[in-house]
Amino acid sequence: MELADRPLRRTPEKRKLRAVARAAAAFKVLDGDVLLMVGTLKGAFLLRARPARSRWTMTGPLFPGTAVYAVAYDDRSGRRRLWASTSSMHWGAVLRHSDDLGRTWTDPQTPNVKFPESSGAALRQIWQIQPGRADEPETLYCGVEPAALFESRDGGETWALVQGLWDHPHRPRWEPGNGGLCLHTILPDPADRDRLIIATSTGGVYRSEDGGRSWSARNRGIRTPFLPEAYPEFGQCVHKMVQHPSRPGRLFLQHHFGIYRSDDAGDSWQDVGKGRGVPSDFGFPMVAHPHDPDSVYVLPLQSDEFRCPPEAKLRVYRTRDAGASWKGFARGLPQKHAFETVLRDAMAADSARPAGVYFGTRSGKLFASRDEGASWACILDGLPPIVSVRAAVVTAARRSASAPGRRQLRVRRAARRGY
Amino acid sequence: MPVTVHLPGPLSAYAGGVSRVVLDVAPASVGDALAALGTRHPGVRDRVLDEQGRVRPHVNVFVGKQSIRYSGGLATPLPQSADLFILPAVSGG
Repeated sequence: MELADRPLRRTPEKRKLRAVARAAAAFKVLDGDVLLMVGTLKGAFLLRARPARSRWTMTGPLFPGTAVYAVAYDDRSGRRRLWASTSSMHWGAVLRHSDDLGRTWTDPQTPNVKFPESSGAALRQIWQIQPGRADEPETLYCGVEPAALFESRDGGETWALVQGLWDHPHRPRWEPGNGGLCLHTILPDPADRDRLIIATSTGGVYRSEDGGRSWSARNRGIRTPFLPEAYPEFGQCVHKMVQHPSRPGRLFLQHHFGIYRSDDAGDSWQDVGKGRGVPSDFGFPMVAHPHDPDSVYVLPLQSDEFRCPPEAKLRVYRTRDAGASWKGFARGLPQKHAFETVLRDAMAADSARPAGVYFGTRSGKLFASRDEGASWACILDGLPPIVSVRAAVVTAARRSASAPGRRQLRVRRAARRGY
Repeated sequence: MPVTVHLPGPLSAYAGGVSRVVLDVAPASVGDALAALGTRHPGVRDRVLDEQGRVRPHVNVFVGKQSIRYSGGLATPLPQSADLFILPAVSGG
């Protein structure tokens, strides 16, 4: 691969920033490109490739020194907007966006996602950025730690806590997993403006039928081997949940032990994991195929006590029959001493045909498949621990009367610097 | 005599690029000083304090050489002409 930029070492800060800015200017994303957004514990990286996805160029780190737990691409209403949550260990977390495909980024003067004082809570991390429905282009959601949902109705300019979920009587009894008490999955139903489904770890799946005003647990059938009760109303440790837009009533989720499917928007869940071809039903990421509602990808790990691939062989598993069976893919992936971990948001698919699938590891390796997961290549190594990956096919920008951003968060400077 | 707040490099961007802010009020405590700082530079305040008004866990605030962790936190009294230092803790990974 060709590197548009390499991290520079032992150079004066200003010289380094100028070099990074030059590299950023040289990183040009063309219409039709596939864009990979990679968030790590020490900044974000962008990669682009032509539709064949045979050669990648990279720029980064963006926001050096900050953890980027969530990235997103929003192409609704003619915009081409990148989102990133940047979290400084010292100064807190903010949401930033870029309207020029990563060359410059907003840097909000004051944090834009904040708990109200009355909540008694303080933001620790922004775990998820989710654009809303296609016909509500100004709506976005973000999921945070401590587990809560925020909503924006003005394209991301202002954010408000979704009070109905925060006030849910279960919430004080949700407990953090190793990663923290996070709300990591947000699924707006594309066909129903009032339906919204979220997942927290731990807590489980919750659904609203009234636009977020009220919520109910939707965990029936999800077994909790880590609790005394096998099937509690809530307390499930959902690692990731996915939905296919063409069939929004069908959900899949990767649980802390167990892979599940629901065909009734979460009213009930069936185990579609162990015994059907996966070597383990423990894992973190789960990705829906962009075009086929019966196809889903997972990346099994041995167990919650040893969170590495079974037999130290890195393999991606795919079902094409909604979980009736799973097939493993190893070609191009390390099959020896692969003591890797892939986190819940570090796997993604693009929308090309055939679909590209991507994942990043905690050891900083980035793998890509351009044939729907059948074969893989390590396209980048040596990154900081990867915590988020998203992929998009970049389409030509269109002017739109409703395109936000011109009067929104002021672009103060190129975002090469962190805080 | 005024109180001077010394900012670390990463926060100067949120204070118009300056590294020191001289407060034109006479705050009685560290909390009062940060409140006064926040009226002029809310971006600095919100990066030092969380939504509940607590000093963020990996931020250190000193009055002179004394960390406020050991002198009463935000209630630490401020003498006249005090120098208040905001510094990132030596945490990371």
